[in-house]
Amino acid sequence: MASDYLLEMEGVSKRFSGVKALNNVEFRVKSGEVHALIGENGAGKSTLIKILSGIHKMDTGTICFNGSKVIIQSSRHAQQLGIATVHQELNLFPALSVSENIFIGRLPRKKSGIVDWHLLKKETEKLFSKLGIEIDPTTTVESLGVAEKQLVEIARALSQGAKLVIMDEPTSSLSQGEAERLFKIITALKANGITFIYVTHKLEELFQIADRITVFRDGCYIKTKEIADCSYQELVELMVGRELTSLFPKVQVELGEPVFKVNNLSRNKEFENVSFSIRRGEILGISGLVGAGRTELARCLFGVTLPTSGEIYKNEKQLTIKKPLDAIKQGICLVPEDRKNQGLVLKMSVQKNISLSILSMFRKTFGFIDGHKESATVQDAVAQLKIKTPSVEQLVGNLSGGNQQKVVFAKEFLSDPQLLILDEPTRGVDVGAKAEIHRLIGNFVKKGGSVLMISSELPEIMGMSDRILVMSKGKIVKEFQRSEATQEKILEYAL
Amino acid sequence: MKKTFFQKYGILIIFLLLCLVLSFLSPVFLSIPNLINVVRQISINGILAIGMTLVILTGGIDLSVGSQVALTGAIVAGLQAHGQGAFLAVIVGLLLGAFLGCINGLIITKGGLPPFIVTLGMLTAARGLTLIYTGGRPIYDLSKAFNFIGAGYLGSIPIPVIILTLVLLVSHFVLKYTIFGREVYAVGGNPEASVYSGINKEKRLVQVYTIMGFLSGLTGIVLTSRLGSADPTAGVGFELDAITAVVIGGTSMFGGEGAVTGTLIGALIIGVINNGLNLLNVSSYYQQVVKGVIVVGAVLMDNYARKKQQKISE
Repeated sequence: MASDYLLEMEGVSKRFSGVKALNNVEFRVKSGEVHALIGENGAGKSTLIKILSGIHKMDTGTICFNGSKVIIQSSRHAQQLGIATVHQELNLFPALSVSENIFIGRLPRKKSGIVDWHLLKKETEKLFSKLGIEIDPTTTVESLGVAEKQLVEIARALSQGAKLVIMDEPTSSLSQGEAERLFKIITALKANGITFIYVTHKLEELFQIADRITVFRDGCYIKTKEIADCSYQELVELMVGRELTSLFPKVQVELGEPVFKVNNLSRNKEFENVSFSIRRGEILGISGLVGAGRTELARCLFGVTLPTSGEIYKNEKQLTIKKPLDAIKQGICLVPEDRKNQGLVLKMSVQKNISLSILSMFRKTFGFIDGHKESATVQDAVAQLKIKTPSVEQLVGNLSGGNQQKVVFAKEFLSDPQLLILDEPTRGVDVGAKAEIHRLIGNFVKKGGSVLMISSELPEIMGMSDRILVMSKGKIVKEFQRSEATQEKILEYAL
Repeated sequence: MKKTFFQKYGILIIFLLLCLVLSFLSPVFLSIPNLINVVRQISINGILAIGMTLVILTGGIDLSVGSQVALTGAIVAGLQAHGQGAFLAVIVGLLLGAFLGCINGLIITKGGLPPFIVTLGMLTAARGLTLIYTGGRPIYDLSKAFNFIGAGYLGSIPIPVIILTLVLLVSHFVLKYTIFGREVYAVGGNPEASVYSGINKEKRLVQVYTIMGFLSGLTGIVLTSRLGSADPTAGVGFELDAITAVVIGGTSMFGGEGAVTGTLIGALIIGVINNGLNLLNVSSYYQQVVKGVIVVGAVLMDNYARKKQQKISE
């Protein structure tokens, strides 16, 4: 029985600063199968993969690989065990040849110490013919397409004796044709006894490539099934299948007139012809997969990047936004996706972070800061938003994720915005802080503000929004009214 | 996390210990004339190091300050040799310094190049301009009024020390209590977040490099006046002394953390070491070794404290 499984993980948990990324999950992969791991963003897939590839250490749990119990110490250790990961960002040396990339670190040498180029080429050709790959070993990697680069990575892993290959979103940047070729090779390798863990958002692929699937949700194991026994509908339901809880109290707000209007906004390769309007008191949700162009849209609206075409209007007046300061002056504020890199200066205190965008409010002669006024304003905001910090002098980097995010909110609220753009406002935030952030958003629209909310969490989008736009591949593909949206419908358009 | 006592005052403690040791080794060390001498000696490096603190706080570096000192010194001396008054020469010198710094800042921000590269270019180019202007020969013929800047006293305090004190006080208050200062820390602490916060990062950077240039000009004037001539090879290596003082003073090379008060102590430590080793008749060759060891030691400490802090915040 045990020999059936190449990999068995049991009771695996992992916390990041208090937030449970993985909660007592199990995961079993049979020898020689393609096993798909699916789930929403934040379900814990990438954490599991990082544990398997030795980047993170699990807090509790056991891993049994190839018949023996192991504790994976480092990525090198994972490699030695025979676990290889092909990441979305490839780890290749673009300027070196294909064969050099495959044998880097262990190039065959002649007695004199010089690289044996002839043998290198022959070894690579031998490997490729075994794997059914048709790439010239002497071409440089930079001249290859993405799919071929992935093949080179797989070949490298297998040449090092990998038994288990983890593919993380391998087709996200492949064309249909390239993806088909990749599938063929995976199928061929499977026949040779190689086992795959396959992570993807593209559910339709699974019916073509996977043998079994495992679903994770909110860091928990949900189910493992044979793909043959599943329908597409069932997969979606398994992924999102929770009830909408009272976590997302929808504040009833009388919607006012449209305030902000975006007309045919495009930016090269990021998004195109995006048009929508937002009314006073409205929360407009934007749903979509990672890479659909949502964050890029938010950055552009906020003036971090410039659009290639299109206009933004406020009360029928066209705005010129060339930098974030222009946006802030027009009453547009952004709670960015990545609070540690874009939202906060971690080395600075809570007070200095909160007052950073509104320093001009405290200006005295010669540009001196009115310290009393600053401190009073900040203390006020800290109390109002219930930010838990020993003092406002505390470095922001030492707060918990939820409180850091509240600091970002405090900072944006103090600029008194009319439009608040939220990019994943509750990512990496525990449940309690999440509810409080939702309450803050509700209060904001009650006072007549407008919100554009990007979130990968469907329950959040559906619970909070008045209307929902679905983005896919840089375009708005569907608009739902609050009443007509279901998770299944949204996912159908997003995928 | 609160900084531990040693993290906060470590450099000051090292400085006081150093003074204590030297006062035992050499009876002359603690005498008033010697101490005034030390402070006067560090005033040149001190002014530059204060400007360098601003630059490093933004996460940048300015390698061209030594050449800027030489060029402004030469021009200031040249103007006087051609019969212009000291006042005009000083004004031109200050403006020229600010102009050179401004060019650095504009190329860094508009051209999007690393400060290291841009100021390395300026280091070479400004030195070349100095040699062209002077024809490679020192310029004498300075006016009497001008000599007062470097050699004069106010009471018993040398003028360069007074200039250093003024620069220190102004920069300290500006960094600590003004919007400009706050934004300089933010730009260095997290450039991306500062842009997202609506800070005009490019403007701040240009201002900082301009101030650096202005202070280089000021240094050029003080140095030229003190030496009584403008030497085209003056200021070689000044940038390294300034950076050394900043680093010893606890300002992070990664930007966003540090203070000019620390830099002053850094400059004092270098000055005291030089002075002490001179009093003890240690050859200047050895002095360089000691200085080098101290720089690396200081950065090691900085790094260690940072890693410890990171571990706690994770």
